[in-house]
Amino acid sequence: MAEIKTAEIKVPPLKKLTNYPEKLAPGHRLCAGCGASIIIRQMFMVANALGYELIIANATGCVEVCTSIYPYTSWRSPWIHNAFENAAATISGVEAAYKALKRKGKLPTDKKVKFVALGGDGGTYDIGFQSLSGALERGHDFIYVCYDNEAYMNTGIQRSSATPKYANTTTQPVGSESLGKPQHKKWMPEVAAAHGIPYVAQVAPSHWKDFMEKFKKALLTKGPSYINAFAVCPRGWRSKEEEGILVTKMAVETNYWPLFEVENGKWRITHRPKNPKPIEEYLKLQGRFKHLFKPENQDKIKELQEEVNRRWEWLNKMEEISNREE
Amino acid sequence: MRPELIKEVKYVPYSGNMAAAEAMRQINPDVVAAYPITPQTELMQFFADFVANGLVDTEYIPVESEHSAMSACVGAAAAGSRAMTATAGPGLAYMWEVLGIASGMRLPIVMTVVNRALSAPINIHGDQSDMMGARDQGWIMLFSENAEEQYDNLIQAIKIAEDERTRLPVMVGMDGFVISHAIERVRLLPDKAVEEFIGEPKLMYPLLDVDNPVTHGPVAMTDSYMEFKRQQREAMMNAYKVIREVGEAFEEAFGKKYEHIETYKTEDADYILIIIGSTAGTAKYVIDKLRDEKGIKVGLIKIRTYRPFPYYDVMDAIEASNCKAVGVFDRAETFGAVGGPLYSDVATAMYLRNKHYPIVSFIYGLGGRDTNVHHIEEAIDKVMQAAAGKEVPFINYLNLNE
Ligand SMILES: Cc1ncc(C[n+]2csc(CCOP(=O)(O)OP(=O)(O)O)c2C)c(N)n1
Ligand code: SF4
Ligand SMILES: [Mg+2]
Repeated sequence: MAEIKTAEIKVPPLKKLTNYPEKLAPGHRLCAGCGASIIIRQMFMVANALGYELIIANATGCVEVCTSIYPYTSWRSPWIHNAFENAAATISGVEAAYKALKRKGKLPTDKKVKFVALGGDGGTYDIGFQSLSGALERGHDFIYVCYDNEAYMNTGIQRSSATPKYANTTTQPVGSESLGKPQHKKWMPEVAAAHGIPYVAQVAPSHWKDFMEKFKKALLTKGPSYINAFAVCPRGWRSKEEEGILVTKMAVETNYWPLFEVENGKWRITHRPKNPKPIEEYLKLQGRFKHLFKPENQDKIKELQEEVNRRWEWLNKMEEISNREE
Repeated sequence: MRPELIKEVKYVPYSGNMAAAEAMRQINPDVVAAYPITPQTELMQFFADFVANGLVDTEYIPVESEHSAMSACVGAAAAGSRAMTATAGPGLAYMWEVLGIASGMRLPIVMTVVNRALSAPINIHGDQSDMMGARDQGWIMLFSENAEEQYDNLIQAIKIAEDERTRLPVMVGMDGFVISHAIERVRLLPDKAVEEFIGEPKLMYPLLDVDNPVTHGPVAMTDSYMEFKRQQREAMMNAYKVIREVGEAFEEAFGKKYEHIETYKTEDADYILIIIGSTAGTAKYVIDKLRDEKGIKVGLIKIRTYRPFPYYDVMDAIEASNCKAVGVFDRAETFGAVGGPLYSDVATAMYLRNKHYPIVSFIYGLGGRDTNVHHIEEAIDKVMQAAAGKEVPFINYLNLNE
């Protein structure tokens, strides 16, 4: 696997980053407080700073729908939407075209470009899973970014395999016989890492330095990278618009959303909360978990805490094993 | 063709798959994304051999599904490259969603469809249900009668698709096994001649042009969606002209005529058969035989361009003959409708000219069922009965065990 020499290349300080022109134009129709737009703007900041043009294939979902209503577009960057389940296959074709035209000396640009497939959790964990797996296995030179808002938001908060257990969604609603989704969330970055690709990371826009460092590594990686980004959705989670970053921070500080990376097979936890907060601190900010705070459901919160602990321990083990000197 | 190239023309014993792969080698597309499925698999393998041996400059993407094959072609074509693929039957069905995206985004992708039956029951053999099922997805559709036509049609398809008046994807069908796997004599054109004929692809709003960023595949709401579709119809109407022009250019360069339809002995025919694909070849044989042996005058209209449907060409040929009745052959079902899909198109053509010839509908060859000389003779017998005013079943299945 190609070695990443990323240490010398530095992401400039925030003041400088914010001076670059915005490539996601204002006026898009994403909800106030939507996490997805913050993720995209942070991606562009790093790309701008390192001199990359991003060419984006966007899966159907909130971001696509809210940024491309004809005759307007929010994208000041080349952008293509094909369908819901095929962002990774689409970017495979774009990247292949780039290689072919470059070889033939027929490229319409000599700028540094990077290919990005951007999908929601539905377009990534579920319906786009096969095309993503195929593209990772084939080793195209691209970054897959999943903005994970833990449900099909565009179509009205339906459950996905990224929805956490007991969350209230419209297709597995809370009712007299139901506590919401019966299954835990899929561990998607771990699944991506199982493809043996050079770079996988989980990020949260509240921890933007960590985010930028990781997106930088993905940009500099030759071959496929997978980035799983926490995308707060005030509309679908029934959280306060102005508390988006607080919710995001709480996800990290409770270890619900561990920040980690897998670089050439080596696992590394990139942020260790000093005193991890109990999961309630995260859950209580969101209406989708409201029913869990009834006295009779205390054991359900405990169960969610146990799942957090299980994944955290698993990640720690992976870090230890993969970095062990032979 | 330039005179110095003429000596490089070759006649070879090739199957349809070999001929299609050879056309792809000469077209030398920038990107090929494909997934194997019988009876197309061999075609993909031939092309993979070209890639493995450096005979093409293509970026070849061995995708994990047909859905991804067409999705990658959409990405590649939008990027500004020449993209091709090939599939068959269930593979085409699996692509269905993306077929409409390719045409809606006006991307000049060219694809061979080795026509195969759809499941269930699963069946790997030839029939045309696959393309007939995709006929409203906005692709230009050509059908070939034999291996050489598949080769010639693919080469022409590149020019047809990329013309500024069309910018539509083209699928070129050939019957599974009967054409794809049978070895025939095929005329191959020189590499240079093909290259000159197809020319360089015209770039239109390439995604890779980062200095002029373009948004491809946006949302269109109720205020604009219909206008996009209206433009697609316009492009498809233009394709009628463009296909003819490219056919004429092909004839001028290579001396072989290609029109929307091919007529065979229709001028003095009392009965007309209308057929798509390889069975047209069998029909020609039967037509000669009946003329020789019994003096029965039958003619054939073979449909090469299926979309846009050449209504007037079909009617011109019928009206110029002594037609008393028509037999329409469908190698696909349309359950719950009258006749097969081709039947509906022919009936519409008659309506457009205010003509009402008796039509007998034949369903044949589903799932690779043989259609032999005597089956076509039986069909002609029914058409003759209809012409004589006798009661004939409306739908007739050829070579069915009942
Ligand atoms: C093949 C297909 N199936 C279903 C849909 C309907 N659909 C569009 S977007 C969407 C959900 C998107 O969810 P996600 O990927 O999580 O993105 P989000 O909207 O949450 O940002 C669904 C179900 C579709 N467009 N295409
Ligand atoms: S529904 Fe959620 S994900 Fe969609 S735009 Fe609104 S906040 Fe963003
Ligand atoms: Mg989602």
